[in-house]
Amino acid sequence: MKKIGSAPTNKPKGPLWVNAEITYKCPLHCVFCYNPLDYASTFDSELSTEDWLKVFRQSRELGAVQLGLSGGEPLMRDDVEIMASEATKMGYYVNLLTSGIGLTEKRIAAFKEGGLGQIQLSFQDSTKELNDFLSSTKTFELKSKVAKLIKEHDYPMVLNVVLHRLNIDHIDQILEMAEAMGADHVELANSQYYAWALKNRTYLMPSAEQLRKAEETTNRFRKKIGNKMKLYFIVPDYYAERPKACMNGWGSVFLNVAPDGLALPCHEARMLPGLTFPNVREHEMAWIWNESPAFNAYRGESWMQEPCSSCDERTKDFGGCRCQAFQLTGDATNADPVCDKSPHHNIITEQVELAQKPQSPAADVKPIIFFRDDKNSKALIAQES
Amino acid sequence: MSANTLARDKLLSLEKQFRFQWEPAQESFVLLYPEGLIKLPGSSGEIMKLIDGSKSVDMIIAHLGEQFPGIDLKNDVLDFLEHAYEKNWICTD
Repeated sequence: MKKIGSAPTNKPKGPLWVNAEITYKCPLHCVFCYNPLDYASTFDSELSTEDWLKVFRQSRELGAVQLGLSGGEPLMRDDVEIMASEATKMGYYVNLLTSGIGLTEKRIAAFKEGGLGQIQLSFQDSTKELNDFLSSTKTFELKSKVAKLIKEHDYPMVLNVVLHRLNIDHIDQILEMAEAMGADHVELANSQYYAWALKNRTYLMPSAEQLRKAEETTNRFRKKIGNKMKLYFIVPDYYAERPKACMNGWGSVFLNVAPDGLALPCHEARMLPGLTFPNVREHEMAWIWNESPAFNAYRGESWMQEPCSSCDERTKDFGGCRCQAFQLTGDATNADPVCDKSPHHNIITEQVELAQKPQSPAADVKPIIFFRDDKNSKALIAQES
Repeated sequence: MSANTLARDKLLSLEKQFRFQWEPAQESFVLLYPEGLIKLPGSSGEIMKLIDGSKSVDMIIAHLGEQFPGIDLKNDVLDFLEHAYEKNWICTD
């Protein structure tokens, strides 16, 4: 651990967590997706199984112990089982982050056999499927089937539900569904406003009143159900006064590798200008983590400006999120505007104020919302070039 | 209290979510679980190493007593195992 005010050491501690975004392909079109807007550009340049195993091996040598297999929908690839079992042999604790679509009896048996540590099942409701998600039996049956498979194979039932303005009022139904599925851990996380979710922010951000009610319902449910199910409720950071300690600091513990081999200090960093992110096809993981200019860009504190550089909380929250600072203020070295010490904090408060206005019915929102799909992604790529 | 007290004669195992291993990069034994890591330096790692489903609290104390004769480890071992049990790292059969 770096001491306050110490000069950057030559060799940072290794990453602990490697997140392998093995594909951005996904059968779903979630409006809150955090994958990059131009995700479709990676379709033709996905890493091979061997490439991935090399990344895992080299990162393990640096000290990484947790491996996330995510996406997109990781199950869109047919070599996830190999990756999970090989990584387990290397000594990783392997986590599969999936929507459950494509998780068959045969595949889950192979995961269990290979030593996969946990399956984190996300609810993939999007506005388009909101009614389906809440009322129709289609989604519920699929989820129940997957949930049953997960239980049968002696995995804990870990559910990740993304909350937003259009579904947060139904939190009691969501919780009942989680209970019916026998969930052990439920994370109720409000969407964070990056990528697709930023594009759809106005339609996704709940009002303070919605949040208050949802938290109340969650607390009531927690009391009712006791220890049987662990519930976590996460509010959007726009409602906070201090920024999140994003990634526990840039290049500190987290290493993300995108489907095309780009190594990133977080899921979103690809968007930051002025940085050349190294590709695992061209560089060793040790160089990427220890030496590459991109991973050193916001390490430590030397990049900070006021109010961060003299702030007594800078070692706690690291000035918040670089991507959020860039997205909202145009400069990644600014304080995350979520911080009320930031001169740009009004950007946040104005957005929060907007969220207090009456809610349009879901049907009105549909035509203007941006679905995360290949067509939209390709259109956005065309716009950029 | 009584329901959650660690029985001294029951066999101890790791909770199924946990994995125990030596981590060269940490120079320590660690417990891994979904998205997390707990460092178990020094004696805590040595005690955890003995939890394999075939030993009870009393057996672990006796085992360590033989390994380190003349040192009274009993209370430290008990404290650690109770802590581990409370944290749901370990369970009884």
